[in-house]
Amino acid sequence: MSKAAELAALIGGQKALGHKNLVKNGAMVVAQRATSVSGNTAGGIKTVDRMNPEISSAGTWTQSQSTDVPSGQGFVNSFKLDCTTADASLSAGDVCILGYRFEGLELQRLNYGTSGAKNIVLSFWVKTNKTGNYVVNFQNIVTGGTNRTCGKVYTVSQANTWQKVEFPIAADTVAGIDNDNALTAIMYWWLASGTTYTSGTLSNTWENTTNANIAAGLNVNLADSTDNEWYITGIQLEEGDVATAFEHEDYSTTLAKCQRYTATLGGLILPKMRESDRMRANTYKFPTTMRAAPTIPAMTDGSSISVIVQSISTEACFCYTTVPADGYGSEISSGTVISAEL
Amino acid sequence: MDITAAQNIADIHGSGENVSVKATIDGIEIYVPLDPDNTEYAEILRQVAAGTLTIADAD
Repeated sequence: MSKAAELAALIGGQKALGHKNLVKNGAMVVAQRATSVSGNTAGGIKTVDRMNPEISSAGTWTQSQSTDVPSGQGFVNSFKLDCTTADASLSAGDVCILGYRFEGLELQRLNYGTSGAKNIVLSFWVKTNKTGNYVVNFQNIVTGGTNRTCGKVYTVSQANTWQKVEFPIAADTVAGIDNDNALTAIMYWWLASGTTYTSGTLSNTWENTTNANIAAGLNVNLADSTDNEWYITGIQLEEGDVATAFEHEDYSTTLAKCQRYTATLGGLILPKMRESDRMRANTYKFPTTMRAAPTIPAMTDGSSISVIVQSISTEACFCYTTVPADGYGSEISSGTVISAEL
Repeated sequence: MDITAAQNIADIHGSGENVSVKATIDGIEIYVPLDPDNTEYAEILRQVAAGTLTIADAD
């Protein structure tokens, strides 16, 4: 490609527009729920937004937002998994994985399933005390068809040292990506696995998913000692063949992106709606339109009176309570986490 | 996802329709929207279809 063509492509591409990274919160700066949660045996997003460990009978873990980062790269946070109860003997189906879930709407620019499908490249920084071969893979969940997978082995040869990993992923012209808000693709970082997912041969190009191949090449069990810990930051998935520098963005931009999936309710006032039974009610508008109507934890107002959540949409919820007498305040303080996660 | 209780929440405006589900999931009491794209509601529907969960009528 000529320099002029390269420039034209750059100007017209997502990279020039400042939205090259398909991963939200790749720098691990947003943690709306908590910064550290211990006792994880089943995974789920508990701390850093969008970072979703999946654990099945593979030890007990503390997940946290860490300040241990690669120096000189502009990062201030990483995501950490720390083994607190070991499992040195994994059964076939046991796993410990970090997952990142995509909705299809986010990936349409890749044109998968067409002759115009685009190459992409995943890059991230990783650090662990446990050396060996790890696996990262990408899965396309094909509705009504066969799921597709490709993966890469990366080697950690120096313990306790940050390293950058790059994983070029050739375009998949076979299977498209559903154009909807449902779970459509997952990126997995494999940290421990039984033979169900490791007994085959890993493919670094797209193939129909075979469980035995998914994590083949993984030769460590990060769950085998309570000394083990694993850090990751700077996750970036972008169009192209070569990873570029991580796209840092301001905190508010990252937070706004995360609020499509998780947000916090706070400062909700329930003014008088009806005198006969002292009903207080209000509609609370969410910070942004969410992926789906969110789940909302049971809440109480400032007088410890239960608040009933009525209708919930992707944009707002309607709440009410009835107070025993005039003079009761009906204010919900901040900190209630609502979720429309994949 | 461990769902131990589920109850419909009725529209307070008197339409007679249910507008959300109050459920206990993994030990936490939450309100779940009637949105099939919501992960928790999708699981409730799956368990109801499998016959392992019943949603109680609204109060």
